[in-house]
Amino acid sequence: MTNLDPDTIKVILATDCGSTTTKAILIQYVDGEYRQTHRGEAPTTVEKPFADVTMGVVNSVTEIAELAGRRLVGDDGRIICPATATEGCDIYISTSSAGGGLQMMVAGVIAEMTAASAKRAALGAGSIVMDVIAANDGRRPHDQIQRIRDLRPDMILISGGTDGGTTDKVVQISELVAPAKPQPRFGSDYSMPIIFAGNKDAREPIREVFSDDGFDLQIVDNLRPVLERENLGPARDKIHDIFLEHVMAQAPGYDKLMGWTGAPIMPTPGAVGDILQTVARLQEINVVGVDIGGATTDVFSVFDETFNRTVSANLGMSYSISNVCAEATMPNVLRWVPFDMNERELRNHVKNKMIRPTTIPQTREALMFEQAVAREALRLAYKQHKEFATTLKGVQQQRTVGDTFSQQTSGQTIVDNMELDLLVASGGVLSHAPRMHQTAMLLIDAFEPEGVTMLAKDSIFMMPHLGVLASVHPKAAEQVFDRDCLIYLGTCVAAKGMPKAGKSCFSWELSGDRTGSGTINGGDLQLVELDENESGTITLSPARGIDLGEGPGRKVQRSVRGGTVGLILDGRGRPLAIPEDRAASQSTVQGWLDSLDVYAEESEAVAV
Amino acid sequence: MAKAYTPGLLVTRHKKHRIMRRLPIAGDVQVNVDDMVKAGDTVAETNLPGDVHPVNLANTMSLPPADVVGCMLKSEGESIALDEPLAQSKGMFGMFKTIVHSRFEGTVETVSPVTGQVIIRGAPLPVQVRAYMSGRVVGVTENEGCEIEADVAYVQGIFGVGGETQGCIKVAAAAHDQEFTADLITEDMAGCVIVGGARMTVESIRRALEVKAAAIISGGIDDQDLKELLGYDLGVAITGRESLGITVIVTEGFGEISMADRTYAMLREFEGREASVNGATQIRAGVMRPEIIIPLDAAPTTSRESTFEEGQLETGRMLRVIRDPWFGMIGEVSGLPAEPHVLGSGSKARVLEVTFPSGEKAIVPRANVELIEE
Repeated sequence: MTNLDPDTIKVILATDCGSTTTKAILIQYVDGEYRQTHRGEAPTTVEKPFADVTMGVVNSVTEIAELAGRRLVGDDGRIICPATATEGCDIYISTSSAGGGLQMMVAGVIAEMTAASAKRAALGAGSIVMDVIAANDGRRPHDQIQRIRDLRPDMILISGGTDGGTTDKVVQISELVAPAKPQPRFGSDYSMPIIFAGNKDAREPIREVFSDDGFDLQIVDNLRPVLERENLGPARDKIHDIFLEHVMAQAPGYDKLMGWTGAPIMPTPGAVGDILQTVARLQEINVVGVDIGGATTDVFSVFDETFNRTVSANLGMSYSISNVCAEATMPNVLRWVPFDMNERELRNHVKNKMIRPTTIPQTREALMFEQAVAREALRLAYKQHKEFATTLKGVQQQRTVGDTFSQQTSGQTIVDNMELDLLVASGGVLSHAPRMHQTAMLLIDAFEPEGVTMLAKDSIFMMPHLGVLASVHPKAAEQVFDRDCLIYLGTCVAAKGMPKAGKSCFSWELSGDRTGSGTINGGDLQLVELDENESGTITLSPARGIDLGEGPGRKVQRSVRGGTVGLILDGRGRPLAIPEDRAASQSTVQGWLDSLDVYAEESEAVAV
Repeated sequence: MAKAYTPGLLVTRHKKHRIMRRLPIAGDVQVNVDDMVKAGDTVAETNLPGDVHPVNLANTMSLPPADVVGCMLKSEGESIALDEPLAQSKGMFGMFKTIVHSRFEGTVETVSPVTGQVIIRGAPLPVQVRAYMSGRVVGVTENEGCEIEADVAYVQGIFGVGGETQGCIKVAAAAHDQEFTADLITEDMAGCVIVGGARMTVESIRRALEVKAAAIISGGIDDQDLKELLGYDLGVAITGRESLGITVIVTEGFGEISMADRTYAMLREFEGREASVNGATQIRAGVMRPEIIIPLDAAPTTSRESTFEEGQLETGRMLRVIRDPWFGMIGEVSGLPAEPHVLGSGSKARVLEVTFPSGEKAIVPRANVELIEE
């Protein structure tokens, strides 16, 4: 691993090994600042016949080398380090979610408390959580044991009991895990890592339970030492360590890749979470980020400095596309499509995409259908995220007289669309949409932001690279994030409430780099020109019952930022309603798409 | 030019094929190197640990966990029968003793003084691993398994359900593009690997089940039919463990699609021979595709060297279009423009020109083709 002085690092090569593609970027110090200069992409080669992740890495890096005119791979097939004027890089770093990424099982005593905290620790580390076992999860012990036997996790995190509390329940859960003898995904000579992050008084009995060969027990500080507080860091760090040491080392070619990198390889979602938290902290805003991939959709949120991540493990645009249609149901998908499609044929199309996941839509109709599926995948993933990102459950609430009237209990979602400042999109269907208006529309339709919200996309899914870069060169990561990573689509102003169709929903007045004014009626969408380097102040006067951020009917004044799309004024109301009648829904949706020119021809097409 | 791997399905008249037959846990390997095995032969055996039955005696007997050990009538390692007394409370003054009878048969594995939980392990579950493919044992790993090698003809499908099976190849469809209907299946196809042509229907699969065929293979299937067959909507493509009673393999995809002419011709050529088939499919994290393995008597005397590098797009290479609007069509690469092309969707992508047998040409994204590997 590197001990390089950051100031000597002028050429940075970074890759992200995804489950489908390996993406490489080159960052160079140019004219006094760090900029992302080139990128390359190639299919990931973890699977047979190549079964060596470094081949996909070399392929993607070779693309950069050809574009940049800079040799990056030596005759020995390795990345050239350090950099000279014409070849090599000063540091090579990588993230990975290839081979399915990191997959864990967690166990705790109470599903809503210690088990939920354990799940948060695992998700925060970038893992997929295959199952959560808890004493009160409604399953009989025999069924829990059978479930453990059926799963093939990479590691297991066990929590339970506050420090100083009773030990028997967490030991009891462990006594189910041990005899189940869970088999790891990789290698019969791989000892199953067990991380115990529960009541410190239970450590000795836990050691006894997992004393057999076949387990590698690691003990860390309690992740819920008292009910009122989580301490997820130690468990998360241990998950990272084991991920590198065990999981990555088993996957084809990763032992070689680990020898190439100048910093520990991070799970992709862990890196994305890190960079979003950094942005939220530096800009003092609430952020939601989404990464919709082929198999999973990750949602990240930072509200009032509290970070949460969820992985909707079976919602994605290729491997999991059939599951999206099954969970959402085809009528819910088709309500976003403004023309007739044969449902039986569509089901075949969806299955063909599932079994051949690397294909892309060639026709406009195929694109519109895929984007309709994406809306539902995002909507469902966000719903799951809101249900998970809650205040800590089981915490005694200090109640004032005011609290008594509001009847707030613990376990409320902390995700508040009215308080959301920035929505960041990444993942192929969002980042590679042929027109940015499509990305903006997908985000607004799926997430239904309220009030004033900035929209942005990760230009080429650079966030993982910057997340791992931040661990060795925070300054470079911040500069590239600010200048090259995010493309601002613009700002969405959306009315919360149920405006009446055709009647005034809110009036608006814009001042600053652009001026303008008007009225948005219920059901209308309007796009106001406000370019990337432009900003302004918008004054909003909502109709009675309509809330734009200060309460129903109250005037609002906010700064707004322009973007590649502009300023989007959304009078459709929240929650968003689409007519159930098929003909009416087609006409309504077509109207929305026309208002924002979503499928107009672009003068400069976006490369896929 | 950076090499780009365009994944293709393998359809070949000959390859040297090696498979690993591995036990889930350590056991006995029953073959030696150079042994010849048949597909149905057992090559390794072991016993899986039996089912685990936790019994919370502390709760059942209303005792502190630490007292449970003293009440046990069976020690760790002792066997216990169904209804046999497992534990007895000390009662009060020697009276009002409670006996707890075991609801499970097996062995007392652990008695926890911390939780009062007793783990009873059921009888071991025997597992046998069969050869699956007829061939020669070329490697043995003690207690783990063996490797078997054979010269085979090999067909990779795109999707399947059901696991490993074997049978004699029987071609039911007269042409690669004939719809595979139930009436084409006859009673004499019992135990066979039945080969169809174009789309197979749920009726034809059910008919194959009726005649007790080992497997059914055809070019396409309708998703509605698959849902009807499975009884549920398949969400992700991870299959192979369905208990359908038959293995189903689709060679081309979903919809009205004919089996590739080349695949059909090859299976027709090998009609009457034994084939080992597996419908297991896994699209990510360890890609697996369904397969049809036909052991040959010997390697062909003349070997055909491919003129093309594996996985590389080159002019003259045969490919299959795997996305609309030309889904399923087979053609030849006739052009590889270097510059990205704007598609009808509005995206820009690297494309190729394909020429179909009719002479028609089309521009197709490189991501939407699959090489025909030989």
